[in-house]
Amino acid sequence: MSALAAVRARVAAAWASDIAWSFRQSRVTMAAALVTLLLVGGAVLAPWIAPTDPFDPAQVDLMNAEIPPLWSAEGDARFVLGTDVQGRDMLSAILYGGRISIAVGAAAVAFAMLLGVTLGLVSGYLGGRVDAAIMRIADVQLSFPSILVALLVHGILRGLLPASSREALSVYVLIIAIGLADWVQFARTVRSRTLVERDREYVQAARIIGRGPAAIMRAHILPNVMSPVLVIACISLATAILTEASLSFLGVGVPATQPSLGTLIRIGNNYLFSGQWWMTVFPSITLAVLVLAVNILGDWLRDALNPLLR
Amino acid sequence: MAEPARMARAPGPLLRVENLTRYFDVSPPLLNRVFEGKGRLYVRAVDGVSFEIDAGETFSLVGESGCGKSTVARLVVGLYQPTRGTIDFEGVDLGSAKARAANPQMQARMQMIFQDPYASLNPRWRVGDIIAEPIRFRRILSGRAAIAERVGALLRQVGLGANDAERYPHEFSGGQRQRISIARALAGEPEFLVCDEPTSALDVSVQAQILNLMKDLQRRLGLTYLFISHNLAVVYHVSSKVGVMYLGRLVEWSETKTLFARPRHPYTRMLLDAIPDLAMSGRARTPVAGEVPSPLNPPSGCSFHPRCPWANERCKSERPEAQRVPGGGAVACHAVEEGRLPEGPAVAPPAIA
Amino acid sequence: MSSALLEVRNLRVEFPTRRGTLRAVDDISFSIAPGEVLGVVGESGAGKSLTGAAIIGLLEPPGRIAAGEILLEGRRIDNLPYEELRKIRGRQIGAIFQDPLTSLNPLYRVGDQIIETIRTHLPLSEAQARKRAIDLLQEVGISSAAERVDHYPHQFSGGMRQRVVIALALCAEPRLIVADEPTTALDVSIQAQIITLIKRLCREHKTAVMLVTHDMGVIAETADRVAVMYAGRIAEIGPVRDVVQNAKHPYTQGLMGAIPSIGGAEERLAQIEGSMPRLTAIPPGCAFNPRCPKAFDRCRVDRPEPIPVGTTQVACWLYEDARAKEAVHG
Repeated sequence: MSALAAVRARVAAAWASDIAWSFRQSRVTMAAALVTLLLVGGAVLAPWIAPTDPFDPAQVDLMNAEIPPLWSAEGDARFVLGTDVQGRDMLSAILYGGRISIAVGAAAVAFAMLLGVTLGLVSGYLGGRVDAAIMRIADVQLSFPSILVALLVHGILRGLLPASSREALSVYVLIIAIGLADWVQFARTVRSRTLVERDREYVQAARIIGRGPAAIMRAHILPNVMSPVLVIACISLATAILTEASLSFLGVGVPATQPSLGTLIRIGNNYLFSGQWWMTVFPSITLAVLVLAVNILGDWLRDALNPLLR
Repeated sequence: MAEPARMARAPGPLLRVENLTRYFDVSPPLLNRVFEGKGRLYVRAVDGVSFEIDAGETFSLVGESGCGKSTVARLVVGLYQPTRGTIDFEGVDLGSAKARAANPQMQARMQMIFQDPYASLNPRWRVGDIIAEPIRFRRILSGRAAIAERVGALLRQVGLGANDAERYPHEFSGGQRQRISIARALAGEPEFLVCDEPTSALDVSVQAQILNLMKDLQRRLGLTYLFISHNLAVVYHVSSKVGVMYLGRLVEWSETKTLFARPRHPYTRMLLDAIPDLAMSGRARTPVAGEVPSPLNPPSGCSFHPRCPWANERCKSERPEAQRVPGGGAVACHAVEEGRLPEGPAVAPPAIA
Repeated sequence: MSSALLEVRNLRVEFPTRRGTLRAVDDISFSIAPGEVLGVVGESGAGKSLTGAAIIGLLEPPGRIAAGEILLEGRRIDNLPYEELRKIRGRQIGAIFQDPLTSLNPLYRVGDQIIETIRTHLPLSEAQARKRAIDLLQEVGISSAAERVDHYPHQFSGGMRQRVVIALALCAEPRLIVADEPTTALDVSIQAQIITLIKRLCREHKTAVMLVTHDMGVIAETADRVAVMYAGRIAEIGPVRDVVQNAKHPYTQGLMGAIPSIGGAEERLAQIEGSMPRLTAIPPGCAFNPRCPKAFDRCRVDRPEPIPVGTTQVACWLYEDARAKEAVHG
């Protein structure tokens, strides 16, 4: 029972904390959190809650192709948001597509974060030539739009892979391409924070104890530079999802057999002018709402973690 | 002064620092140097400082900001490496990064207490983990229970409670944080503590608590202190020997009582004269004109000469070396050496109870 | 009391926070006579700087004056609209802060800042104001003032900058200067120069000073009277010699004992146990009672008001009896 009481006390403390308080102060943030939760929840739970499995040929019937949404005259109660040209349920396709979009975006951000935080720590803590080298690379990369970098990396990686495994590994290629396009902000932020923390006395105390640079970076500096990293991660997630959608829209993303939101938009776009607007509009709305909600959360997190604004 | 025939681990001072020098390179970037014809620039933070500290004593360095006292502290514990000079700890030279790395058992015997109680504890660590870090890293103890017990004992030793280990630094006041810093320093079981302005960020009543604690610990654990401060009253209270620094140089050192009763160097006299008079004897302070010059471009000869009422041509051109004086201590001053200075204390004799 | 230049009555400064209202200055009263130097001393968090800020009308929001009155030459200044307060600030009350850079705009020449302040408050021409600025800089001990007047703040050293700030505070001949830790950021030797300067100028210009500091030594050298603050209240206020050498309040006694002295032979310093309470947890009764070696039951319940003991006013129940006896004996 005491364990339960301890958990309860922790929850109460978290609820009373400044961050929770600033969360409760903002209705927009709460709405954004709710929307994000719904979309991410829907994506994660897609296999269980989606009406059909769009990737299972047994469940797809060409006879159901191009049915408009429920509220149209020719709507069908089985397909709330209508179907595509192959007879797949749009709602299911969006749920599954969101699953891929979010998974690719999150994995790409995680990769960018790992790379950026590590390089930023090393750059800031060691300084000198290492720092100069890493930061010049970052500067050069920043002068290109990230979509261009992602395209370039994607092209090179695919070129390096044997043709047989290209399809199977395409999702991973996409993750690495987006991640490599996105690490710079993490590295720059972590570096500047590391420069400040490095000269603080608790770091000097650890040096006197005899701890090496790796241990100091990991155990002492890393926890103190994480809050801006979380903010960037949140905002980067929105951009990474967009980048993935753009790449998929351009046709270099995930294969059409596993459509992400971007792929759905691209495919649907072909039918926009022939009147089947729902094939592209619903995935687009989902993408826009998701990116907006995640962005709002990121902005709130930035303000909530900034002691100067509180 | 030079005694080259030193034997390893000979009975003698615990720490002997000789001709310690540290320059900081503050040159403009390479491109500016090339295109704007600017030269290299060095701050002479510490310039040829020599002193000794015996085991069990407290040696203090005083001086105004920018005099290099904190740099000396950081050189001694190895946070900076000296440009020149030796740092001899019980006969083992620790004057380079390589020597320090080769002698971890010597490094383990020294610890440091910092000025800012808010920056010296990692805000993301629990107090227990902060204090346990040296214990874990050096493998002084193993096992959670043994370490927790030792941390509790250390916390009690500095006047806190064993259950404070669970809390985070921000839950403590400045004075309590300084106690935690001391506990962390003691956790590595050092003999030699370098204390860089340990009380100057604290209120007077808390300062008294910390100074008393440090004295108690010194007596109980036989610690040796290198104490850095700008506060002469604090220095008088804690130290057995005092060195006065000015612009990177040690201008005078001596036994505490001697230095305060009979200051020799004009700068020391000036510092003593500037202390606010709590006894309200009506003594007018005689502020010395001028300010500390930039260490980027220190004056020629004796760096104090532009502010010194007794300076002459020799002081402007020739740098005075430290000369031993009868009764212990050393002074780097031409006027003292030549007997040009009026004798006697600059300060009213100690009469403050 | 009508002759007082500044009179503070029952001043209360509060900070509303989401966890409740914090009372940083709690019902304090004191006055400053023309030409007098009143030292306000206390440890961090005692409310001394906020008292100064309230008087010059520079309390940072959300801090506010919740109760009480501040009178300058008999006129209330705590409830004035911003514009009128701005006129008083500079003209009648000058300010000196710990960090000279907070008073000086780094983008303007120091002379222009002084001239602007002079011309805001005094009917002088540009040339006259400039002449006055140079005279002032000379007076605060800046050599070759005619040339230095056109320099920027960053071209001055810390001690020189503080001199410029003093010149700026004095330039409209105010009756009162509020100096908040004016020497704390300076080295000892420079500190002595600045203290001597403030003392001399105030004597010559007959300016009163409210000197806020944590340094008893500075107070002992400079002030005529001293108020000792603790946890937002005045513990003791009286002539500086009496307070420094014959402190009445147990807190002041502890504070004086805690200061290391040169020439003293004590092995240990007298120490006050514990630390000043946080504003969120000020104990009932006398705020000092948990740390006071002489506390008794009443101290834990009733809040003591300042009562006269000899030449000083002391907020301590220890002296209640003495006063009662005095009253009996006439």
